[in-house]
Amino acid sequence: MSKYVLDINTELAQEPIRKGFGRGLLEAGKRNANVVAACADLTDSTQMSLFKAEFPDRFVEIGVAEQNLVTVGAGMAAMGKIPFVSSYAAFSPGRNWEQIRTTICLNDRPVKVVGSHAGVSVGPDGATHQMLEDIALMRVLPNMVVIVPCDSVEAEKATLAMANDPRPNYLRLAREASPVITSADTPFEIGKAYVFAAGADVTIIACGTMTYQALVAADKLFKDGIDAEVIHVPTIKPLDRETIIKSVKKTGCVVTAEEGQMNGGLGGAIAELLADECPAPMVRIGMKDRFGESGEPAELLEYFGLDAKHIQLAAHHVVDRKKP
Amino acid sequence: MKQKYSIDWLDRKATDIRKDIIRMLEHAGSGHSAGPLGLADIFTALYFDVLQHDPKDPDWKDRDILLLSNGHCVPVRYATMAHAGYFERKELMTLRKLGSRLQGHPERTRLPGMETTSGPLGCGLSQAAGMALAMRMDKIDHRWVYVVMGDGELNEGNIWEAAMLAGKEKLHNIIGIIDRNNIQIDGPTESVMPLEDLRGKWEAFGWHVIEINGNDIEAVIDACAMGRAIVEKPVMIIAHTIPGKGIDFMEYDFHWHGMPPNHEQAVEALKELRTLGGRIRSEHE
Repeated sequence: MSKYVLDINTELAQEPIRKGFGRGLLEAGKRNANVVAACADLTDSTQMSLFKAEFPDRFVEIGVAEQNLVTVGAGMAAMGKIPFVSSYAAFSPGRNWEQIRTTICLNDRPVKVVGSHAGVSVGPDGATHQMLEDIALMRVLPNMVVIVPCDSVEAEKATLAMANDPRPNYLRLAREASPVITSADTPFEIGKAYVFAAGADVTIIACGTMTYQALVAADKLFKDGIDAEVIHVPTIKPLDRETIIKSVKKTGCVVTAEEGQMNGGLGGAIAELLADECPAPMVRIGMKDRFGESGEPAELLEYFGLDAKHIQLAAHHVVDRKKP
Repeated sequence: MKQKYSIDWLDRKATDIRKDIIRMLEHAGSGHSAGPLGLADIFTALYFDVLQHDPKDPDWKDRDILLLSNGHCVPVRYATMAHAGYFERKELMTLRKLGSRLQGHPERTRLPGMETTSGPLGCGLSQAAGMALAMRMDKIDHRWVYVVMGDGELNEGNIWEAAMLAGKEKLHNIIGIIDRNNIQIDGPTESVMPLEDLRGKWEAFGWHVIEINGNDIEAVIDACAMGRAIVEKPVMIIAHTIPGKGIDFMEYDFHWHGMPPNHEQAVEALKELRTLGGRIRSEHE
């Protein structure tokens, strides 16, 4: 296990990733008076309430109007502000993709689009609210940076980094409490991937809530006699090509894991990179071209195969495939 | 110090701008004719009288901001900007050509003075709202954001989201201008998707509405001055214009919405504009 992450076999704190965003935004607001925020009637849910309470004059309530949310953001950015605009990921960037494309990306304005409640772990609300396509939607946009933190501590760092980044950014957050696996000492830099566990036999590449699952899988694989390397990729775009290619050249096979559509998502991004640079046996863990449904978060993750057990099985499968 | 031009001078300038619109569109071989021609008087009024701006310093921090929400009408803005001194008129002939700063629909990052990228409709007013909100946060009260919108564009839901927000926040530094020419691609606006009661709609959303003849430069200047004096609400100017204004065979014909003139039509159009000189108002009213 690398120094970057806490020992997963100890008692880990549990906290929703979005909480880290709320703290990060408040801190970013304290550090820079140009940081402003707007929300589409979900201020508590997306954790913007901390910022709103501290800086009421720098917060705008947009109402349930996600197209307006991001275009107002573009306008504020034009005047030198650093706008964070939040809603549920299903609605932003789910509903307002074209506005993000034209007024933020093509227009090159540093708006920070924050999509909360991504993935099936939203739970009982069901498929309409379980955003699975946001990574794919955002990562095909020129100029856009896509960030998927693995826990609340990293989300806080990512938010602070976004406030200093001159580009349009998308930040993906999850609703449910998830294990805190990083600490204040864990590095975070936009565009960097981190080897959370070193290994030689298979590379497991994960983001968001699935990074913890990948670490659990690596533990189990070690007992199976497979030495897995876990790379946490919090920045899906731009990808840290060097770290990923170096690892795959060493291990010769890959598993990707994400809580979203694997087509076009992290799995898609890695497949594209490796097809260009170093093709290797690969299995993608993610939503397989289908929608979610209502249920408890944990049972949904198991039902859709988004857990350590399925990563473990996939790793066995790719390791077998690389044998001559 | 800003120069003050006479209305006659401005009328002649608008005619020159119309001539350049015809030349640009003919040379480009594609693009929209009716809207830009109908907007020539509004853009002349804005760039040569209304706006606080500096063509030699497009990013001047105290400038007013002009957003063209219906980006397909950008030929009129390019032509007016060239006449105002933002770039040389000969560059107008690069419209829609590979490598040009004058894209088919405007791109901010390519052309200094182009305040935003637009084309996909319905996004200008909400960007104006964001700008006005930012100005209020910074306690800036000496700048205005002017937003030119098409009437067909008002079919977009995004417009009404922005209308609600600007009304709620009383963003009086916004002066919207609707190019009410009653046409859109598929036909008359009132058959494609009726907009009336248009004044009543904006008033219901908390806006102060001024209705004018948008082909009357003096009326445009006066309405903008009145708009700046309204401090309790955002202002929407419904500017009634004639699509294709100034060229007889284009006026009122929705087929010219998305079409450029061919060579013969351009020759005819330029002849007509030369004959009109600066007397557009008197001859067409």
